[in-house]
Amino acid sequence: MTITARRRSTGWSAYSDWANRHRKWLFAGPAMLFVVLLIAFPVGWTLYLSLTDAHGSVRRESDFVGFANYLDVLGDTDRFWPSVGRTAYFTVGALAVEMVLGMCIALLLWRPFRGEKWVRVAILLPLVATPVAIGMMWRLIFDPNIGFANQLLSWVGLPAQPWLSGQDTALPTLIFVDIWQWTPMVVLILLAGLTALSDEPDEAARVDGASTWQRFWLVTLPLLMPTVIVALLLRSIDALKTFDILYATKGKGGGSFHEVETLNVYAYGLSFDYNDYGTASTVLILFFLLIVAIMFAVTYRRKGVNR
Amino acid sequence: MTATLTRPTLGPVESSPRRRRPRRAQGYRIFRATALVVVVLAFLAPLVWMFLASLKTNVDIYDASKSFVFTPTLENYDTVLARNNYLSFVFNSFWVAFASTALSLLIGVPAAYSMSRFTMRRSAVVVLMARIIPGVSLLVPWYYVFSNLRLVGGYSVLIISHMFVALPLIVYIMMSFFDSMPLELEEQAQVDGLTPIGAFLRITLPLAVPGVATAGILSFIFSWNNFMFALVLSGATTKTLPVAIFNFVSYASIDWGGLMAAAVVVTVPIMVIALFTQKYIVSGLTAGATKG
Repeated sequence: MTITARRRSTGWSAYSDWANRHRKWLFAGPAMLFVVLLIAFPVGWTLYLSLTDAHGSVRRESDFVGFANYLDVLGDTDRFWPSVGRTAYFTVGALAVEMVLGMCIALLLWRPFRGEKWVRVAILLPLVATPVAIGMMWRLIFDPNIGFANQLLSWVGLPAQPWLSGQDTALPTLIFVDIWQWTPMVVLILLAGLTALSDEPDEAARVDGASTWQRFWLVTLPLLMPTVIVALLLRSIDALKTFDILYATKGKGGGSFHEVETLNVYAYGLSFDYNDYGTASTVLILFFLLIVAIMFAVTYRRKGVNR
Repeated sequence: MTATLTRPTLGPVESSPRRRRPRRAQGYRIFRATALVVVVLAFLAPLVWMFLASLKTNVDIYDASKSFVFTPTLENYDTVLARNNYLSFVFNSFWVAFASTALSLLIGVPAAYSMSRFTMRRSAVVVLMARIIPGVSLLVPWYYVFSNLRLVGGYSVLIISHMFVALPLIVYIMMSFFDSMPLELEEQAQVDGLTPIGAFLRITLPLAVPGVATAGILSFIFSWNNFMFALVLSGATTKTLPVAIFNFVSYASIDWGGLMAAAVVVTVPIMVIALFTQKYIVSGLTAGATKG
């Protein structure tokens, strides 16, 4: 103890010198190693499985089938392409509304007002609530027989809707749920961006006689663009991968007609409900490529905007 | 009387230097107040509805005339907490969230520091990959490896998988926090004889406590809310709350009252945390948003 406590003693100071010289990787190493270990092997294995006909149990012998799975999946207009379409529909639909609504609410909250704190708490609550529990909550509200949604419709004289149980209404209903839960995220990000903006350009435009509308489109929005892109990027990563509310409200296979089966739900079902690992891995590889392509497209646009 | 306390720059129109359009300013104020009330109602009403339903008997839930007027009962909470043993699931959720957050902070904060100070952007991307990759693609291999190690169904595998969610979050938040911290104090400390690691531990880290709190709280919430990993990797005794809720409905008919009580039990702890740590959560969620 006394030896290590004295800084001059050779043993300790040698360790200390070594640690300080290598602190860059000593600090970053463990976290990177953890992530790489948990990703590299699974991704490699998924790539391998996507080239085999593995099913039933991963321990079972499986045959190498080359790109047969990819051809099968890419030619599958029954499950694969509809789930690509649903993923796109869900993501684009939810994001479009969330961005517009988020922007409106952020502008509404921008300048200080009394009771600001309470409004912020109110919009924070959906954001932190457990998605599975939220799914259950909306399941009750949208229940065709006893739900509050249809009760509300009957008060204003509209016909009852099947909501989550309808083949055509289930996905739009779930888009609504996603909007309810995640618009606050967009609001918070845009609000942070708005607060960081300098007042001067807006003031100058006002002095020059620009209308409120012109000031928003020509001054505020262009200045806010980097923040808008960040919000879009963060939200699209999560929206593409949405699983909890879909699985919690519709269960296996995205409902009996696969009406809410997105790529993530499809891949999960193939893996854990049908144990068709070969096909599942193929779908996942394609899904991952899609996500990377979208990320790339959005960040590429971002560079274009910054220039 | 309170009007005199508010600052003159209240609304965008009102702050107009030449005090034009007083009528429109008044109109905008009314519009804004109404819109704010609608926003708050839209976000809170469903949660209130969930809470009300959790206090109703199943007969009352089926009765439209008792939407708002009913005799509240705690029967559902009794069913959920006592008979379904939810307290043990509460403990599981808490323990997994706590342990995964603590361990992730332990390796994530120094990593973020190093990545910020040595501008290791490419290494940061490696960690952030964990956020982009779909979790399903990792679950089959993980399940295979961890079941061979006889870990599936235990706490350790849940903690590891939730750390995987927490780490990119912590690294992302802490990197933008360290990026915004001045270097001078650290450099001064090193001039005064501290080693670089010593300067990090004694000077930078204590100053970074708000950032660490932000990252820790968010990581706890994300772990508490995580469903997919626990759905596959947890066992009967290590089930976390979201999985327990999901299993609640996998049987024949739905006990709506019980289900809503269970949903309240899951969401209330996290909402209480959010109420008290609002500032940190917001700064964490918006970290890096203004840098572009």
